[in-house]
Amino acid sequence: MGVGAFFTSKLDEAIGWARKYSIFQYPFVTACCGMEYMATACSHYDVDRFGAGLPRFSPRQADVLFVVGTISHKMAPVLKRIYDQMCEPKWVVAFGVCTCTGGFYDNYATVQGIDTIIPVDVYIPGCPPRPESVIDGLMKLQDKIAAGAQRF
Amino acid sequence: MDGHAIVARLRERCGDRVLAAHDYRGDHTAVLSREGIVSALTFCRDDAALAFDMLVDLTAVDYSRFPGREDGPRFEVVYHLYSVAHNHRVRLKVPVEQDDPVVPTASGLWPIANWQEREVWDMFGIRFDGHPDLRRLLMYEEFEGHPLRKDYPINRRQPLIGPKV
Repeated sequence: MGVGAFFTSKLDEAIGWARKYSIFQYPFVTACCGMEYMATACSHYDVDRFGAGLPRFSPRQADVLFVVGTISHKMAPVLKRIYDQMCEPKWVVAFGVCTCTGGFYDNYATVQGIDTIIPVDVYIPGCPPRPESVIDGLMKLQDKIAAGAQRF
Repeated sequence: MDGHAIVARLRERCGDRVLAAHDYRGDHTAVLSREGIVSALTFCRDDAALAFDMLVDLTAVDYSRFPGREDGPRFEVVYHLYSVAHNHRVRLKVPVEQDDPVVPTASGLWPIANWQEREVWDMFGIRFDGHPDLRRLLMYEEFEGHPLRKDYPINRRQPLIGPKV
């Protein structure tokens, strides 16, 4: 910046801007969607562009919970506990139709959408979703983070 | 040993506890009474000519909606046996009534029967008398009903369970 140039902002916006480019994800991978998640996370699609290139495999160090794959009733308490362990601010992405609605697993064993257990910010449908849809969902999540839209 | 010979040997040993026998495309099946099943399984395992050392599968069938069999015994517990030494197989079945769904356990004969019987209890609600630890195997404790029974509604929703404290 040259002499006399300056930059004004609101604190909320500055924080939102910083947060949206430092997404530390926790991938909660239970099923085949995990392969597509890995494809997205690899260098070809380069999610580092969005500051989301570093998954943390501990919920206590993560901001965004990626729920990737079918959640059974038996797994539901585990998912709830993982969510509770995350520090605020935190966001949840439902990755794939199984997490969105239960998908075609309309049966006795499967949770019919993880929003029956925990709040969800972004739904990424698809079986599994293409990396393009995942990145689209990621960008929608960034917009949401930047806007500071949170429920808690 | 040939399938016919296996069933004949079983009949010779177990007599009228073998209720019926049939074969389909080379797979031989003997239907046994509940009282005779454990002795028949023990004989199958220990007899030198049979030597069924492997319990391949233990499962059950619910015939309550099966065309032509709605009025008979509701369940059948099915044992698939295989002999590694002789490379032969046989299938044993036990009819089980709905009002008294109990079968003596085979977990003392083959350790794998322990979990297989737990699965049958979980899915069909058939109890195994003498089983050391008859808990649900796949579903959780709070699950109500037995989902592979034909009268379990396909769209029934179970109450969500919370984290255990």
